[in-house]
Amino acid sequence: MTSNVTKEVVLSCKNVWKVYGPTPNKFFDKKNGDLSNPQQSIDEMRGANHVTAAANVSFDLHRGEIFVVMGLSGSGKSTLVRCLSRLVEPTAGEVLIEGTDLLSLSKKELIDIRRHKMGMVFQAFGLLPHLNVIENIAFPLKLQGVPEAERLERAQRVIDLVELNGREYNFPDQLSGGQQQRVGIARSLAVEPDIWFLDEPFSALDPLIRRQMQDEFLRIQQVLHKSIVFITHDFLEALRIADRIMIMKDGEVVQIGTPLDLILNPADDYVFEFTSDVPWERILHAEDVMRPVEERDKIVKGGVAKDTSVEDLLPYLAEHENGVLVEDDAGQVLGVATARGVVKALATGSEDRQVVREIPSEGDTQEPAS
Amino acid sequence: MSASSVRRAMAVPLAAVVAFLLFAVLGVFAEGLVLPPAVFELPLTAPLNAAMSWFVDIFGGLFKGLAWLLDWPVYWAQSILQWLPWSITAFAVCVLAYRASGVGLTIFCVLTSVYIASFGYWVPTMNSLALVLVSVPMSIALGFAIGAWGFYSERAHRVIMPTLDLLQTVPAFAYLIPILLLFGFGTTVGLISSIIFAFPPMVRNTIVGLRNVPEAIVESGLMSGADERQLFWQVRTPAALRQILLGVNQCTMAALSMVIIASIIGGTNDIGWEVTRTMRKAQFGDSLLAGVVIALIAMVMDRITWGLAIKAGTSQGATREGAQKRARVTIIGGFAALAGLCFVFPGLAVWPEAYVIEAAGVINEAVTEFVATYRDVLKTIKNNFFFFVMLPVKSGMIETVSPFSWGFKLMPWHMAVYAVLIAALAYVSARRISPYVAMLVVVVGTVYFFGLTNIPWIAIALLVLLLAHQLEDRRLVIGIGAGLLFLVVTGSWEKAMLSVYIVSLSVLICFLLGTTIGILAAENDRISAIVRPISDTLQTMPLFVILIPFVMLFKIGEFTALLSICAYAIVPAIRYSEHGLRNLPKPVIEAAESLGTTRMQMLFQVKLPMALPVILLGLNQTIMYAIAMLVIAALVGTNGLGQQVYIGLSDGDFGVGIIAGIGMAIIAMSADRLTQALSRRVKGARADGAMV
Repeated sequence: MTSNVTKEVVLSCKNVWKVYGPTPNKFFDKKNGDLSNPQQSIDEMRGANHVTAAANVSFDLHRGEIFVVMGLSGSGKSTLVRCLSRLVEPTAGEVLIEGTDLLSLSKKELIDIRRHKMGMVFQAFGLLPHLNVIENIAFPLKLQGVPEAERLERAQRVIDLVELNGREYNFPDQLSGGQQQRVGIARSLAVEPDIWFLDEPFSALDPLIRRQMQDEFLRIQQVLHKSIVFITHDFLEALRIADRIMIMKDGEVVQIGTPLDLILNPADDYVFEFTSDVPWERILHAEDVMRPVEERDKIVKGGVAKDTSVEDLLPYLAEHENGVLVEDDAGQVLGVATARGVVKALATGSEDRQVVREIPSEGDTQEPAS
Repeated sequence: MSASSVRRAMAVPLAAVVAFLLFAVLGVFAEGLVLPPAVFELPLTAPLNAAMSWFVDIFGGLFKGLAWLLDWPVYWAQSILQWLPWSITAFAVCVLAYRASGVGLTIFCVLTSVYIASFGYWVPTMNSLALVLVSVPMSIALGFAIGAWGFYSERAHRVIMPTLDLLQTVPAFAYLIPILLLFGFGTTVGLISSIIFAFPPMVRNTIVGLRNVPEAIVESGLMSGADERQLFWQVRTPAALRQILLGVNQCTMAALSMVIIASIIGGTNDIGWEVTRTMRKAQFGDSLLAGVVIALIAMVMDRITWGLAIKAGTSQGATREGAQKRARVTIIGGFAALAGLCFVFPGLAVWPEAYVIEAAGVINEAVTEFVATYRDVLKTIKNNFFFFVMLPVKSGMIETVSPFSWGFKLMPWHMAVYAVLIAALAYVSARRISPYVAMLVVVVGTVYFFGLTNIPWIAIALLVLLLAHQLEDRRLVIGIGAGLLFLVVTGSWEKAMLSVYIVSLSVLICFLLGTTIGILAAENDRISAIVRPISDTLQTMPLFVILIPFVMLFKIGEFTALLSICAYAIVPAIRYSEHGLRNLPKPVIEAAESLGTTRMQMLFQVKLPMALPVILLGLNQTIMYAIAMLVIAALVGTNGLGQQVYIGLSDGDFGVGIIAGIGMAIIAMSADRLTQALSRRVKGARADGAMV
């Protein structure tokens, strides 16, 4: 997916705050949420019985990117995505879409943006029980006043995309959870939005279905290249699909980075906790464990693409001590991945429990992997 | 809890019970204490009447004009329904029935139509139906609008809810009076009163429905780009449709019930009038036949609206394009064919006179003969019940026991034995069950001995207020205190006690009997299968109809009134206890089973205690039903507030009627709050893990 991401900013979230409590507004002298000392303000708010569901959140969403907001329940991630679509009115801050501040828009302008620029998928699906599949999907178009023939045709196109063919005239109560969420996805895509919000879309589904839906989602994204804010509480899900991940806690941003950034350089113990049961061999790719090519590598015979997962590489490395050449798409050699490189990369993610006892001897042939 | 703290917690209630007993004894010697002193009474009736007549003088024209306006749609509806061939109207109902439920209900509708036509009730039935058809859409519109308002505005909600409480607890008869004064006699009275009576459930269901629309659906509507209006009409309302249609169901039933009741005063050749008229002439055969018509219509309306409601918002609620078209063709074809047939066979348009079944006479004779044959049995039942249950509760053993009634004169040693008996029973209850039950035994024993109407008012007031204090908080005490004050100030105490007497007696009977039946039904599927349709039928029956069989057998009188109240009020007692027992958490039952409980242990030590909060809610509903029926039962002979309302109605005395009506609402609301608090208490005690 990385290849589709450009640096063009589609949505910019600047110092967004959502504070619940008796007098949330008294903490903000400026409406743009740019406080001189945010950390101190947060402490003040909490001291005065206020809850900071979103505290000074800033990030940019790039075109074509999957930006995952990850946090435990109560961390403010759902509130944040609702602030971005103004389902929840932020207490302060700016949400810029193509240069205009979403929060300054009138009701009518907001409705217009929602009708054309945004799509959203909900954890609880939010399907209308009295409409069948195709009517549900065409519903946003109906609200815009698109003529019936056209909206059914457009709905049919997204139905094909999410592979719901043959279910058009079923009602929500006749569908499984996974199918219902396909309808939810199709509905959010019917208006062809630029920005796509997904609020824990797969959390209500069984693990097996969840995995299928994640694959499905990635397949759709490969076709559509939407700019996506994806909310989840499942770190592995985040790793699977994210270009970048933002980790939230108590409404505050803890860290923003690529999956690898988070794993290799967790900002604090909170982030580190999440990474502890990560299946490393699946997350790490050949390029992540390689080192620069050296003189001695002339004997290396094999070559692999840089995005080969370490999991797939392990059998080869077990047999070939010298490692394997890592190449980019054009066949250019980028570096060498060896068994030792893999061990080293894995080691950064593990705690050093000091389990190895030094044994004095005449000459070490191998260093312990610390 | 330690023994001493138990004792301390018991001290106040115990003192109250003792005080109650002492006051009761005192009441025998100082009869002046029984009723509140006349000094407290304020002459409220006259000013109320003056205010009303002033209001009528000023706005009367306006209301009369409104009545004139409303007369038109009723007139049209009646004309159309009279003009339409009976077979076509029946076909329309059958189509609806088929849509709503299926073949079974359709057949039932066919049979109902044939019954109505063949017994010669088609014309009066259509007149009643026309009133319902006009009033229901108006109630729905009004209720939906107010409900939506209450949904959007928190402030409106705070005003609407208590108003609905009041509207639904003030007996329907009571607001017939102002309607009568404002709108004059005529069909409009039935229309207006049924609108006023029927819209509250619509409001409630609309608010509940709109509030319970899942947040995700609303948010998805917003993100689909709905504006305020689209959100309401295309997202919230359809998503709440099922609940709203349940409101329509309740609304329709209430409207029908009220149309029937209103015909007592504004009767013009409709089916309710048919029952009243024949009942007054003691032609019970006729009233029974007409009553069955009402019952059948009620069932048809209930099943149709209910069926439409539960299908809403599911895949069953909609049909595919093709099927819809086919259905439309079939329906139109059916109408056309029937219209054609009506020309060929005029019997399909107007049921031929010659085929009208005259069964009333036969039934009359049968009833007369039955009553004559079993006169002694019926009389024995009635007298025994009257002398041993009703009179003592009302006037006490001290007034009731005589050679004529009980066969002996009340001697001091009788009293001593009675006192010892009650004391022993209380002692056993305190040791084996709970001190609260023991107190209940003492209070009931006291009432049975001295009579509810002979116990000084202050004792009863204190007991009720203390109960409120123990169950809830100061707010409830103040509320009930204000209500009691109203009864005192308006001089309604005596009448109120007469109402309390008949209500509490019937509630006691219903609760004991109903809970027993409920328990049996919960334990035995076959009993359940027999009981369920009976209670369904009783519940959908307009209250008025329930009177008929009892009047036939026992003539008018308090006993008949009591029986008809019981017949209606027993339903919730049965339903709630069965429901409560059948819907207990499985794991607990399985756990108890695995411990090796016997069936009886399971029932009395596991299931009943766990189902108690629900059973107590059933008690609450039983009381509400009994009070609702009380006013209707006043028609066949009770004293008390119900009768006052009826007197106010027949004399056109607004003051008397409305004061009695509010008095009944006070009793109803107090009983409601107290029993709800009790149910909550029991539930709460469960949650705390304490013993009750």
